[in-house]
Amino acid sequence: MRDGGIQMDLKEMLQQFDSIQEQVMQALEQAVNVKELEKVRVELLGKKGPITEALRNVKHLLAEDRPKVGAVVNELRATVESELQKKKAYLEAIELERALKEETLDVTLPGKTAAIGTKHVLSHVSDEVEDFFIGLGYQVVEGPEIESDHYNFEMMNLPKNHPARDMQDTFYITSEYLLRTQTSPVQARTMEKHDFSKGPLKMISPGRVFRRDDDDATHSHQFYQIEGLVIDKHITMADLKGTLEAFSKAMFGQDRQVRLRPSYFPFTEPSLEVDISCFKCGGEGCAVCKRTGWIEILGSGMVHPNVLEAAGVDSTVYGGFAFGMGQDRIAMLKYGIEDIRSLYTNDVRFLEQFAGKPE
Amino acid sequence: MKLSYEWLSEYIDLSHISPEELGEKMSRTGIEVDSVEVLGEQLQRIVVGRTVSVSDHPDSDHLHVVMVDVGEEEPIQIVCGAPNVSENQKVVVALHGARVAGGHKIKKGKIRGEVSNGMICSLQELGIPSQLVPKASENGIYVIEDPSVKVGEDAIRLLGLDSAIIELDLTANRADALSVRGAVCEIAAIYGLQHKMEKDVFEVAETSSIPEWIEVHADHKDDVQAYHMLVIENVTIKPSPVWMQRRLIASGIRPINNVVDVTNYILMEYGQPLHALDYDRLEHKQIAVRRAKEGEKLVTLDGVERSLTDEIIITDGVNPIALAGVMGGLDTEITAVTTTVALEAALFSPAAVRKASQTHHLRSESSIRFEKGVNRSTVLQAGRKAAEWIAELGGGRVVDAIASVQNVPVVEPIVSIRYERINHVLGTSLTKEEVHGIFNQLGFSAREADEVFYVTIPTRRWDISIEADLIEEIGRIYGYDRIPATLPTTSSTRGGLTEKQRFIRWTRQTLQALGLSQAYSYALTTPEKAVWFTSNPLESVRLDMPMSEERSTLRQSLLPSLLEAVQYNVARSQQTVRLFEVGRVFAQESTQQFVEKEVIGACITGNEKTEAWNAPLEKVDFFSMKGIVEAYLKEMNLDRRVRFEALQDVAELHPGQSATIYLDEKVIGLVGRVHPILEKENGLKPTFVFELELLPLFEAQQQARTIQSVPKFPGTSRDLAVLVPQLCPHAQLVELILQHGGALLKDVRLFDVYEGDRIPTGYKSLAYSLQFLNREATLTEEEVSQAMNRIIEALQTVENLEIR
Repeated sequence: MRDGGIQMDLKEMLQQFDSIQEQVMQALEQAVNVKELEKVRVELLGKKGPITEALRNVKHLLAEDRPKVGAVVNELRATVESELQKKKAYLEAIELERALKEETLDVTLPGKTAAIGTKHVLSHVSDEVEDFFIGLGYQVVEGPEIESDHYNFEMMNLPKNHPARDMQDTFYITSEYLLRTQTSPVQARTMEKHDFSKGPLKMISPGRVFRRDDDDATHSHQFYQIEGLVIDKHITMADLKGTLEAFSKAMFGQDRQVRLRPSYFPFTEPSLEVDISCFKCGGEGCAVCKRTGWIEILGSGMVHPNVLEAAGVDSTVYGGFAFGMGQDRIAMLKYGIEDIRSLYTNDVRFLEQFAGKPE
Repeated sequence: MKLSYEWLSEYIDLSHISPEELGEKMSRTGIEVDSVEVLGEQLQRIVVGRTVSVSDHPDSDHLHVVMVDVGEEEPIQIVCGAPNVSENQKVVVALHGARVAGGHKIKKGKIRGEVSNGMICSLQELGIPSQLVPKASENGIYVIEDPSVKVGEDAIRLLGLDSAIIELDLTANRADALSVRGAVCEIAAIYGLQHKMEKDVFEVAETSSIPEWIEVHADHKDDVQAYHMLVIENVTIKPSPVWMQRRLIASGIRPINNVVDVTNYILMEYGQPLHALDYDRLEHKQIAVRRAKEGEKLVTLDGVERSLTDEIIITDGVNPIALAGVMGGLDTEITAVTTTVALEAALFSPAAVRKASQTHHLRSESSIRFEKGVNRSTVLQAGRKAAEWIAELGGGRVVDAIASVQNVPVVEPIVSIRYERINHVLGTSLTKEEVHGIFNQLGFSAREADEVFYVTIPTRRWDISIEADLIEEIGRIYGYDRIPATLPTTSSTRGGLTEKQRFIRWTRQTLQALGLSQAYSYALTTPEKAVWFTSNPLESVRLDMPMSEERSTLRQSLLPSLLEAVQYNVARSQQTVRLFEVGRVFAQESTQQFVEKEVIGACITGNEKTEAWNAPLEKVDFFSMKGIVEAYLKEMNLDRRVRFEALQDVAELHPGQSATIYLDEKVIGLVGRVHPILEKENGLKPTFVFELELLPLFEAQQQARTIQSVPKFPGTSRDLAVLVPQLCPHAQLVELILQHGGALLKDVRLFDVYEGDRIPTGYKSLAYSLQFLNREATLTEEEVSQAMNRIIEALQTVENLEIR
């Protein structure tokens, strides 16, 4: 004897384990949920449980009996553990089923909203126009809104006292500076800087312009324009027609036809108005096209030699076309907007209608 | 400009072209036609009659019973109320069954017991606007004083009311069509027809005086290219014949008397303004054209006394008698007693006439034509023609000689154009024969040598002076429909947005994703609003002549206009408004130096999200707006370089809920609540704004970002709570923590702010979570503890701070 304490009989101990097993099995049987099961596991298999308790008495066994106890206990533990897992899986399945039932929602109720802002219709239009021309190799160039008389008018073949200056009443700031009445001064500025020996100039210039107009449903003292310019050694009016035809189809539908009418702008010669066949009625005549079947959308022409020369471009070698459109007008036509002022009052009930991706 | 189809038809055969077709064709080839209308479309059964007898209506104090000969066997009885009806007048009679203007039907009937078989008409009753009706007939029936008119004649035709009026909307360059002759030439060209007009004949008279009669002095060739004066004597002033009146009315001109009507008629036919004056009322017979002297006075035909500065004027040698090219003087006006007419046909400087007409707010048919140009060849031709008409219609005689000054010779320019250039520009493949054909159609004579056309341009087409002008003529006559459609064939170009344009688009998308809707607002506002929401406003840019104070000054901030938009919505019961705008603001450094800056502005009010059944309604507050700013900045990786400092000196912002935004050491914007007083004035609930300058953000975010590999070792976090006085800024504590946390401290996150019962009043408790990470190795407890100790030590230097 090692410590001379109480001797314990092996058999007695094994019986103790049998009864523990029975007790555990019973407890497992009775557990109705995972929580109770966990309690059973902690109480009966844990450090303070009966097995641990019983094992304390191993030291009272004869040395040769001790290993036998170890084997029995391991077996007991394995059996209990396996039963416990089985029972746990069973209970979990039941609980999951109940939970799923309880968590069932009316999926037709509205979701929690995440507010997403909308893009303004004028941006829808300018993005679309810009992207179209970018695809054809144009750059997008911007310029100042406070412009000099020189760039806004004189470089555009509109010297002082030119009668066509009546066409666009101007907000002057001083005698030399004004709020630009068109985005064409950007073209003049760009032409001046462009190195034509390195290749053609293809650009569009979008932006805000101003005219002395009383605001009403069809007039606005502020509006937006997009003008385009292509200058190279061999640019024809046929190229202008083809370009605007492609643009009109992209913007207003593949079935659009384009019609050119002679017109007058000081900065182009020849000058053309561009009509497209009405996208509403297809040309048969309706309210949108004022029963004519055609809608005027653009002004254009072949760049006037004076404009080229003013920008230091040799008009005997280079030439090209220019065009310009009102972003506001395109937006109004395309979306059937009746009052230009609604583009600037920012009524959310108006803005919200332009949600979503551009078409 | 209104063109009478009947007038045109006198000079060109339009029998196979309807007015509508003509209008369409003109529009497609260069001259826009606004409208084509027939004034008397509805009129029926209206004839010329002659009053045989007029007696008072027995039952009325103003009606008359009139017997009218309408070319039938017996005169018919008509009851007429016009004050100017009398015996033996030729009048316009609507017979039984007639239709007059407005579609009204005339029927036999009785008026106060007397039989009335029709109506004697005023011109208004035929649909002619009052302002075109001759003065004498304005308040009564139209009395025809033209002996050539016969009783029983169809009055609708006589008055030209069955003829179409074509209204042109002429572009500034096509003033050549501001006359019947110009229009006829245009129609001949576009249809390839011949016209029947007398050719343009340029003539020069020999001397500048009509001996015994008058002398003319007009030396300044820049002001007056040509000045001719004719004299017609023994003229009787009376109404002009009906055919002339009807053409004037169709052109929108009121008939006055035979002399004035002739000048207007020739003006319309030739596009040449003329001025007729009463020779006998010229104090001196020494016509001189000169610049006015400052302060000189002239009473013009409209009865207004004009104070002159430096306009071109006509004088009788001493006194001003007309404002050249704009309006004549009242003193020398043609009146009923005029017997000798002096007639001026001249060519004045377009710029000077334009200036004078603007200065005096007088735009006349005459000034418009001088401004836009007239045919230099036909100045005297038109003058002669007018003199002949005046003599004929007034029973007078044209004095033999003409007083004439021709300062600038008239030559027809030759414009050359390379054959190759035509197809090069138009993208066509026209043959030389086709080109010749087009020139011929236009009435231009062209000679070709060595692949170059030399084209003589008639003076009636003064709009053509360069090659490009001829290309336009060829293109439009050939037909733009026939030009092919191709795309430019150039060497390839790279299209695309610039970095900055892409950044702006990205900014818009990001702000939309953050729940703000894009707005567009007006750049012009009031001088007061222009400087709202600015700490240090520069001088505003103000328009020289604004249309209203409301739109007089360029804004220095987007926020006033966004605030207006929010107010507009709230006033329309839209409680939640979330707007942003990317746009420009303006200021000036001097009268030559302007500043244009792109800025991003936003304004929100109302609720955090749209109303939902399962989430409590949350009002937006300062931190909602700041959160948007922070999220936007974080998307650019700039959150660490930006700081917010309390801002108190912007009058439109709440002094306790506003911050200046710094990027590194530079102020780039502000965020805050609108001042409660301003909110109240605008009927707004708490409203929040931010504004950021775009350029510094664009430049800062351009720095390339480096991507670090995901850490291989786990990090750890420590919580730290401090008790500080309420006004102690969080940012200061974070800065201290970061300063002393060492290299392993990666982030400091505020996770709780508490003010309330459990801590002393005037204090707040801030709880932070500190994130530690060593990218090279597993963190040790000791390293973290050391860092925490340093941090706590540093924090304890803050006054009244207590670590909890």
